[in-house]
Amino acid sequence: MDTLIIEGSAKTPDIKFNPQSGVVEIKGRSIPENSIEFYKPLIDWLDKYSFKPQPNTVVNIQLEYFNTSSSKCILDVFKKLEAINKSGNSKVIINWHFEEDDEDMSEAGEDYQAIINVPFNMVMVEE
Amino acid sequence: MLDIFEFYNLMERNKIMLSFKGDITSELLTSILQIMESKLDNLQEEPKTKKKVYNVLVECLQNLYHHLDARPNAEDGSENHKTAIFMIGKIENEYSIITGNYMLTKNVENLKSKLVKINGMTKDELKEYYKEVLNNDEFSSKGGGGLGMIDIARKSGQKLNFQFVPVDNNFTFFSLNIKIANKE
Repeated sequence: MDTLIIEGSAKTPDIKFNPQSGVVEIKGRSIPENSIEFYKPLIDWLDKYSFKPQPNTVVNIQLEYFNTSSSKCILDVFKKLEAINKSGNSKVIINWHFEEDDEDMSEAGEDYQAIINVPFNMVMVEE
Repeated sequence: MLDIFEFYNLMERNKIMLSFKGDITSELLTSILQIMESKLDNLQEEPKTKKKVYNVLVECLQNLYHHLDARPNAEDGSENHKTAIFMIGKIENEYSIITGNYMLTKNVENLKSKLVKINGMTKDELKEYYKEVLNNDEFSSKGGGGLGMIDIARKSGQKLNFQFVPVDNNFTFFSLNIKIANKE
């Protein structure tokens, strides 16, 4: 299985999903008009990964901005991860990064934490 | 003839930083967002304010992109593609983001009741409502998740200011004016 690498753009984040290390990263900004199209390969990759995951899957989310269209897709990503965690084949942990004074981003993390049943770390980043 | 000087003064009085009227395309939104981001940097806004303004701007512009209805040109009947108007201004410490677009009159009631519902909610109720819609597994035919207005209300922390102006049998002009205070 290949590492999924998508380079970031003005409206889309950097993606690095590594099946050997079990590290899944989404970094930057996610504000595309059509987020379903952007997130589809990520969901497909996680579907494949779920058959043979690493014992530990570490998910790093570090977003500067994301639009509401992306927010549903991010939830879909988290639901896939929740299923992987529930299967018992991999221990999943989500690290949600937010900047020190970014209350909106920290609240967004709390919203997901309330919906998703996966260990969720809130990681404060200094500016 | 259009008095451009009067137009200029009107915009000046309202401290408009950027305005646009025309077709709303993905490329245009990218450019507007880039311009506004550098303007916010130049104004040396607090990162917190900058992020709020930028976020609300993204939602307002993408609302236009996804939801406006093209109205045929009254004079020659040609299709007026995704045309809308957008302005952003700053008076003292408050940003205003104003959008205007045509929409089908038959959809007005639906939108209006949604906006009234959102305006009647407290901060905590909005948070709960957001989570409920986020988790409802529905994507609209237009690609949105039905979260835009809720998110705008949450992030701006103020009531959504809106107006519907009937234009003809089929169309209504919808305008939205969002204010974001720069909290020191």
